[in-house]
Amino acid sequence: MFAEFFENLKDGRLIGLKCKDCGAVTCPPKNTCNQCGSRKLEKVLLSGKGIIKSYTVTYIAPMGYEKEAPYTVALVELEEGPWIVGRLDLDSQSAEKEDLVGKRVSVYAKEMPTEMFYPDKSKRIVPYFKIEG
Amino acid sequence: MRRVAILGVGMTKFGKHPEKSLVDLFAEAFFEAFDESNIELKDIEAVYYGNFVGEMTDGSANLSGFIADEIGLKNVPAIRYEGACASSSVAFREAVRAVSAGYYDCVVVGGSEKLLTAETGIGTRALATAVDAIYEMVAGLTFPGVFALAARLYAKEYGIPLERLREMMAHVSIKNHRYGAVNPKSQFYGKYGNLKVEDVLNSRMVCSPITLLDSCPMTDGGSAVIIAEERLAKDAVDTPVYVLGTGQASGGALFRQGRDIVKAIPRRKSAEMAFREAKIQPKDVDFVELHDCFTIAEIIALEAMGFFGYGEACYATEEGATSIDGELPVNPDGGLIGKGHPVGATGVSQIYSAVKQLRGEFKWNQVEDARIAMTDTLGGDFGTLVNIILGVE
Repeated sequence: MFAEFFENLKDGRLIGLKCKDCGAVTCPPKNTCNQCGSRKLEKVLLSGKGIIKSYTVTYIAPMGYEKEAPYTVALVELEEGPWIVGRLDLDSQSAEKEDLVGKRVSVYAKEMPTEMFYPDKSKRIVPYFKIEG
Repeated sequence: MRRVAILGVGMTKFGKHPEKSLVDLFAEAFFEAFDESNIELKDIEAVYYGNFVGEMTDGSANLSGFIADEIGLKNVPAIRYEGACASSSVAFREAVRAVSAGYYDCVVVGGSEKLLTAETGIGTRALATAVDAIYEMVAGLTFPGVFALAARLYAKEYGIPLERLREMMAHVSIKNHRYGAVNPKSQFYGKYGNLKVEDVLNSRMVCSPITLLDSCPMTDGGSAVIIAEERLAKDAVDTPVYVLGTGQASGGALFRQGRDIVKAIPRRKSAEMAFREAKIQPKDVDFVELHDCFTIAEIIALEAMGFFGYGEACYATEEGATSIDGELPVNPDGGLIGKGHPVGATGVSQIYSAVKQLRGEFKWNQVEDARIAMTDTLGGDFGTLVNIILGVE
């Protein structure tokens, strides 16, 4: 399930699941609706737009990620409702300078090297958030 | 269902133990607990063991059998529980339920972990196995990162400037280090007892806005307690400490919790379950040992457990309400920040401190007239919650 999500993201498409019972959108995909637990889900294309809800510049990275530090991890609320985790496309100094919560972003993907424990043994496709305007 | 009581408690000194194995650390804690329990080894019918990442730090799994054998127990069921930082609290609750239901009369519960001896990168990666392995790990989210995200969300949710919140968070670190510095079992015994707000704010940034002094340390250590049904307990020891209620709940990845992250709903459900079972209310609790893995975590926990309204625990902390002489002493043993956090051993070490307090034996930082204690342990990114309520007659 995750492989399809990331392959689509790499091609510029953010995929979610719309619940036929309650109407809520779940993203990234999950076997049941994140709102009501229903299994009646249909694949939908999302806008790929959202706003920053929180973020943190990570200075001490875990093994396998050291070369990437410092990097900024953000929580974004998508237009369709779900929250997703990704990286902010902004250098760490700029990220520390001003309050970015509420900024509008668009989602895209960057292919990065995998690490020993990551489930995809060939690559990591990382969701990135680009601040708009 | 039968009443369950704690007979004896033990824990190693928390800190760095490169010369001891995971098995050794459990055994050391067990012997302390056993020696004050006034029972025979053959009375112990099962071993409940909490460990989080023995595979990654020590290349060691299948630990429960080795542990039973090491302490001299042959042919008993021995089970390892993994619930990230709540591993031994999950084990404790399962053990209590088994004894309460009558499957066993007497069992040992504990945990051990070695994160400080492991190198920081391995330790950080091992801890990060408790975030969503795919959708959170792909971005390199770490545990300080989870609580850094939560701190910023908290500031926004309650309209507090982030820099102002950081000052209030610093008071959690100041308090817990003050208590950790006087607890002989703590990793920072004799250290950091007199921190200032600026010390916390200006220490090394880990994941902004969480600094090193906002964080609990990496720790090696072990803990163990012996529990039994009421009659056996009363025959064995003068002051059995009773398990009045337990609660447990679960939640998914941080991002799946969205708008509810700072409300910590699974923790609220777990605490409510424990209060219901104990037939008490938050106001009846004399002190709390809770999961302050980071300063903001203590604030969020106090609100979710029902001790303060949402958005209020930060102010209460700054005003001293959670100090030893405040309305609700919180983490008088130093908490994870002051005492240390050997993940799989942490939950049962909270029970160790609570039992010592309830017996009036915690002389370096005793809560006066303590009759009812509550513990709180959080595993993962708000995903595994356990609350235990203990009391003396």
